Amino acid sequence: MSTALQGLNVVELGGFAAGPMIGKHLGDFGAEVIRIESRLHPDGFRGNYPPYVDNQPGPERAGMFAMTNNDKLAVTLNLKSPAGLALARRLIDRADVVVENFTPGSMARLGLGYETLAETNRRLVMLSSCNQGQSGPRAHRPGFGTHLSAQGGFIHLTGWPDREPSILWGPYIDYIAVGYGLVAVLAALELRERTGRGSYVDISQLEAGVQFVAPALLEFFAAGFVAGRDGNRDRLACPHGAYPCAGEDRWCALSVHDDGEWLALRRVLGDPAWADRPELASALGRQAAAPELDRRIGEWTSGRPREEVVRAMRAAGVHAAPVNDMADLHGDPQLAPREVFRPLPHAVLGTYMGVGPPFSLSDTPAQLSAGAPLFGEHNREVFGGILGIGDEEYARLEAERAFE
Amino acid sequence: MGDFTGSDRPLSSRLRPLGGLRALDLTGPLGWLCGKILADLGADVVKVESPGGDPGRADRYAWLAFNAGKRSVVLELETAAGRDVLLRMAAGADFLIATFTPAELSRLGLGWGEVSRVNPALVVTSITPYGLDAPDPEAPASDLEIMAAGGPMSLAGDPDRPPVRVTLPQAAGWTGLYAAGGTLVAHHHRRRTGRGQHVDVSAQACMIPILVQAPMWWSMLGKVPHRSGPYLVGRNVHGAPTRNIWRCADGYVTFAFYGGGAGRHSNRELVAWMAASGAAPGWLLDLDWETFDPATAPPDLLQRLEAEVAPFLESLSEAEFEAGCVQRRILGYAVATVADIAADPQLAARGSWQELPDPETGKALCYPVGYARFDGEVLPIAGPAPSPGQHQAEVLAEYGLVEAQPA
Repeated sequence: MSTALQGLNVVELGGFAAGPMIGKHLGDFGAEVIRIESRLHPDGFRGNYPPYVDNQPGPERAGMFAMTNNDKLAVTLNLKSPAGLALARRLIDRADVVVENFTPGSMARLGLGYETLAETNRRLVMLSSCNQGQSGPRAHRPGFGTHLSAQGGFIHLTGWPDREPSILWGPYIDYIAVGYGLVAVLAALELRERTGRGSYVDISQLEAGVQFVAPALLEFFAAGFVAGRDGNRDRLACPHGAYPCAGEDRWCALSVHDDGEWLALRRVLGDPAWADRPELASALGRQAAAPELDRRIGEWTSGRPREEVVRAMRAAGVHAAPVNDMADLHGDPQLAPREVFRPLPHAVLGTYMGVGPPFSLSDTPAQLSAGAPLFGEHNREVFGGILGIGDEEYARLEAERAFE
Repeated sequence: MGDFTGSDRPLSSRLRPLGGLRALDLTGPLGWLCGKILADLGADVVKVESPGGDPGRADRYAWLAFNAGKRSVVLELETAAGRDVLLRMAAGADFLIATFTPAELSRLGLGWGEVSRVNPALVVTSITPYGLDAPDPEAPASDLEIMAAGGPMSLAGDPDRPPVRVTLPQAAGWTGLYAAGGTLVAHHHRRRTGRGQHVDVSAQACMIPILVQAPMWWSMLGKVPHRSGPYLVGRNVHGAPTRNIWRCADGYVTFAFYGGGAGRHSNRELVAWMAASGAAPGWLLDLDWETFDPATAPPDLLQRLEAEVAPFLESLSEAEFEAGCVQRRILGYAVATVADIAADPQLAARGSWQELPDPETGKALCYPVGYARFDGEVLPIAGPAPSPGQHQAEVLAEYGLVEAQPA
């Protein structure tokens, strides 16, 4: 079957999510993605990021690396050796796209800055993704995903008003920047169609994240309002929350967005007397009574199986969904047709559940087939097969420690 | 602040990656950002609204934020004449993005097959809560239900209270963003083959990236990660929680003991800073950071570290903490509010704001821009969000449907 991005050659350098997830999305749709790694500086997703198979750490045992790097060709190069660097140049010379997420300036220090690369490959699109962008007073200040989620406002906006904020599980902003990075690479390729030249794309993960805060920023500039965290409350919809269901830590989310939905909710609850009060007929009245409504609804849901509650609410036209945990997601009927989780083979992990894209293409669907590669798994295939390096030269390069 | 760039100052199309491409945007809030991104990149995005205007306009600041740079026409799609105009516009468009569910399409008498027959090169992007192929594609879902069904809520909030969403709605951001990605993947395929296709976006599936490695804890080890408030979990083989958000004298900061070179340096420097303030006990000074690995550290060590660090951080203000982190290259930052973001020197130095007039009050509002710079250039927003039908005559003329009205 043909793929959307077949014929597109991508070279990827860097680690964790922000660069490699862009490569993964391109690879899921058929691009050839050559991932350059070094055993001397392993990807943080190989080394510092559980879970590992059998809960035993090891660079070939990491689930997060597997999830991020399926269907890539992995080579090892020591970019600080002249021979390793020259091989990287040869791979990049035949590439359409380079994606990297080292700290700003690292590529140039290695001799792989965009201007240098473009001298021999004018059509090259290079995307750099880093925390704060390539310039500015904080460009070189170190940080990870949670730090960016804090700087981007997300942590302040998550949790309960009477408590300290809650983290958003992982590097939230990184994945926003991945989405913008995917879009930017494809846009730069479109630009190349018109100009015949590639371009250099600077992605600031913070600036990408701030896009998702834009409504609150506009309200701040317009009205001086500083948005805060408010549990599950909403400024318009009420009731609006997560309610306990039968079983341990089982929850359903439901929300009421207009007076009609309120009537529908009352019917599902069996038209209890407390809901009949006239002030609850308006959104304003419901907001004023929000804590009581949450308690009353929770009393009704808490003895009932979650799926039953969600089914009854949806049938009545009330917004409702299960609060899916990771086990639930793997069996969720609404998600199932998309094949988000797909079994992939891996030399050490055995079969693991890879993750497909959030969008489906009707004619050129994503094709995930190979699990993440081991260190240097494709050295022979890439350097011998693609670059045409003979056995003798390969052995010499190996002796020069180019492949570390 | 960036310069205002109105339609009176068209940018050279060379700098607009999608310049010359035309998109019809029939989206409600769940799809707004998709069209906004295409417009940011230079596509001509025409919002097609119903006669009363998009009902989502009531959420004023989200409307302004995610519809800037678009033009607007009003079409009555419930009538044959309105549908005919839409189909004729679709014949001349490159992208059509919409948030209709199957029931809404059938009520309108529209089908994506029919639209594609009019223009086989068209990329049609359909954005719905669960995707068109879900067993119940009509299940009503707002931001809350999408964050619930997609998994993020199960991982956020305090363990002794219900799971939470982010108070500022996020689902539409993720959905619109990844919809734009899918749309451009399909565009790239069309570039090569001349054929359009249908991109089916599920908002629920667009939440999966937020979960990072959490699904792997289930699929590899059979463990279900749980919400843990300010603690990082899922990053330690013993399941130990690691505090990541800390109270300080006047707010909150993020800090954690990390591994790797940057982590080791940061860990050592924090302890040195504590020692300089007389806040580091002997055992902490003796801790060997070379062998410390947060992924394998025993839970009791992480607890003892927290017990020592918490009072130290509580003695500092956010500003003092930030200054110390900069000076010592410690991995830590203050927890920002939107007011802090508005005053962020990094964003100011990078020119990451653009003023556009509030269409109602005329007052200048600052929009965040610059997330992707092409050869160093910030792509500016073409103008503020339109009023309903603001560009009716010019758009219909450009699509060859009526004579241009005299100015």
